Amino acid sequence: MIQQTKEVETRPASGAAAGFMDPGRFFAALLGLVVVLVLLGLGFVYLRDSKGANIFNAVVAIIWGVGGVAALYYTVNALIESLPNKWRGRLLPFLFVGPGVAMLFWVLTIPTLRTLYQSFFNNDSTSFVGFNNYIATFTDRGMLESFRNNLLWLFVGTGFCVVFGLLIAVLADRSKFENIAKALIFMPMAISFVGASVIWKFMYAYAPSDQPQIGLQNAILTGFGLEPQSWLTLQPWNNLFLIVVQVWMATGFAMVLFSAAIKGVPTDLIEAARVDGATEIQSFFAITIPYIQGTIITVTTTTAIGTLKIFDVVWVMTGGQYGTSVVGTEFYRQFFANRNFGYGAAIAIVLFIAISPVLIYNLRQLRKQEGF
Amino acid sequence: MAGVTLEHITKRFGDLVTVKDLNLDIKDQEFLVLVGPSGCGKSTTLRMIAGLEDISSGNLLIAGRRVNDVAPKDRDIAMVFQSYALYPHMSVYDNMAFGLKLRHTPKEQIKKRVQEAAQMLEIGHLLDRKPKQLSGGQRQRVALGRAIVREPKVFLMDEPLSNLDAKLRVQTRTQISKLHQRLQTTVIYVTHDQTEAMTMADRIVVLKDGILQQEPSSPQELYDHPDNMFVAGFIGSPPMNFFDATITGTGENLTLDAGTVKVSVPPMYNRDLAAYVGKEVVFGIRPEHISDARFTPSHINASNKVTVNIEVVEPMGSEVYIYLSSGNHSFQCRVDSRTRVRPNDQLEVVFDTDHLHIFDKQTQVSALKRTNIERPNRA
Repeated sequence: MIQQTKEVETRPASGAAAGFMDPGRFFAALLGLVVVLVLLGLGFVYLRDSKGANIFNAVVAIIWGVGGVAALYYTVNALIESLPNKWRGRLLPFLFVGPGVAMLFWVLTIPTLRTLYQSFFNNDSTSFVGFNNYIATFTDRGMLESFRNNLLWLFVGTGFCVVFGLLIAVLADRSKFENIAKALIFMPMAISFVGASVIWKFMYAYAPSDQPQIGLQNAILTGFGLEPQSWLTLQPWNNLFLIVVQVWMATGFAMVLFSAAIKGVPTDLIEAARVDGATEIQSFFAITIPYIQGTIITVTTTTAIGTLKIFDVVWVMTGGQYGTSVVGTEFYRQFFANRNFGYGAAIAIVLFIAISPVLIYNLRQLRKQEGF
Repeated sequence: MAGVTLEHITKRFGDLVTVKDLNLDIKDQEFLVLVGPSGCGKSTTLRMIAGLEDISSGNLLIAGRRVNDVAPKDRDIAMVFQSYALYPHMSVYDNMAFGLKLRHTPKEQIKKRVQEAAQMLEIGHLLDRKPKQLSGGQRQRVALGRAIVREPKVFLMDEPLSNLDAKLRVQTRTQISKLHQRLQTTVIYVTHDQTEAMTMADRIVVLKDGILQQEPSSPQELYDHPDNMFVAGFIGSPPMNFFDATITGTGENLTLDAGTVKVSVPPMYNRDLAAYVGKEVVFGIRPEHISDARFTPSHINASNKVTVNIEVVEPMGSEVYIYLSSGNHSFQCRVDSRTRVRPNDQLEVVFDTDHLHIFDKQTQVSALKRTNIERPNRA
């Protein structure tokens, strides 16, 4: 008993824990950090000057990269640990969060700011043009068409994804074949948008009526003795045919989240509603829907962001022609095809601003559900 | 208001039979408690009455109408769930009004009924809150209120008190009893707690493995005259003590011989036990019928004395619970609070043989016929 008390009394006197600095430890850590920095520098020089790629260099690069990060963390941590308590508490968070934030700043914030800057300049960023690019964005006929199409994508695409996802989740929940059905519907999620677009391009493929049809839709039409249609040039319906691809892919995502949410509704609640006098449909709308409201909002906003950003489907299937262009394809066309950097940047900024409110709402919702 | 009748009700889940050929005749305005250990089929029975579970075979009648294939909403019942099952996104008012709204009750009437029920349950000031903002006891009362406003023929309650703390449970128990007296409706109440069953029920139904253990009887009847060892052991707290014994002696002088514990059989049992002479039986005695020899009331025949070893002493204030051992028997008694003993003391106790229960060892059924017993009526 006495011994214990003594130990407790003596412990604070030794070193950094008490708020005093241990100079020995500090300088050892500092030396370690210097050694690590020198080694990293030497590694950099070696990798920069070595000619050709071989296995040895690859291994060195991996050790240099992964080991370097670990060694940096370890030594900086040791350095901070040797500081007085007050400073330790202040600095440690920066050690762990700092590199990540710095990385994000470098690859996200700076490019965004640069794009914003570029959007106020002419096509080769040599002269300031004020808001001209933005004025063009909102008056150009092509852009207006893109906005219209994007709105179509936003409402029709998101609407169908959410409604189908919810419907399938509810129906599958009662089915014996739930797992198979859900797996099949989820599967398109595993394909890239480009892959899916290629698949659907075949579905919509068109050949003149005197030639054999390789597209499923036209094969069916001609099978019934009807004229084949050139689906992807059939304005304005071709936009909806493109949206089908998005619905086909994203419904699985919505379904999986809804399915999990529906399974989370306590059976007692549904039973209480049944005893209270609700029919299946009444209890679905009065109990289930409000209960999974958070998930509905999350799925809706996530899908909405996807439809606002849509690019690949349109680019692969029509290249934005025949009245199907969207903001994403317009941006790409201006920035890379026409090399009109100022105009392209302005379109990108407009898209960014359009998505932001949805994104913020989405993040708020996730936070409410303690997603992070 | 209505009676509920179960005729040969059976529930099967695949090969598993959870309720077996259950016959019950629940009277109008009766408070019937279904009690039994977990998995005995009591909740399944309640859920079948509610219509939340299909009936495999048999007939279910509410107010004389066969309702086997009638949806829960058309059975005119209300149910209080163990978890309360309050709708989390609705206010207390909306929770209580939900059932009435679905039935297109006029708004004014909904308001009136909800307010009446809220007043009765003292939750009038909570009507605007969400369930999340309520304490456990308040949620429980809202769940009761939701059932009351519907003015159903039958109330079904599935362990409504099991999520409350001990003190609140006792309070709410009384409140439900009062509510029953006031509303004058049929209540079917499921619990695993025999104290709740004893204190609230008009009649108790004891179930085990889906089988009815004894004709539904009043709590006192079940306590005084259990039909078998299961009911004897389940009803009463602390539970009845059981001793494996052999009946020895002849004619009028029979003795229950359980090794170190030997008690003489009162003459009123002789006729029923004649067939068991020389055979093994189990006799049971409740803890309150074993008394400290020094404080045994004068009206008790004090001739059946046993010297026992004290294991544990639990003073309860009004009385003392003592865990005893004698030979290889361990048992319990409730004795006068004047008894001052410590563990490992020796104590002489008296078995009140007027309150013996004797069971067939094989069938576990009572060997005594109800009509042959004239027990002195004293606690």
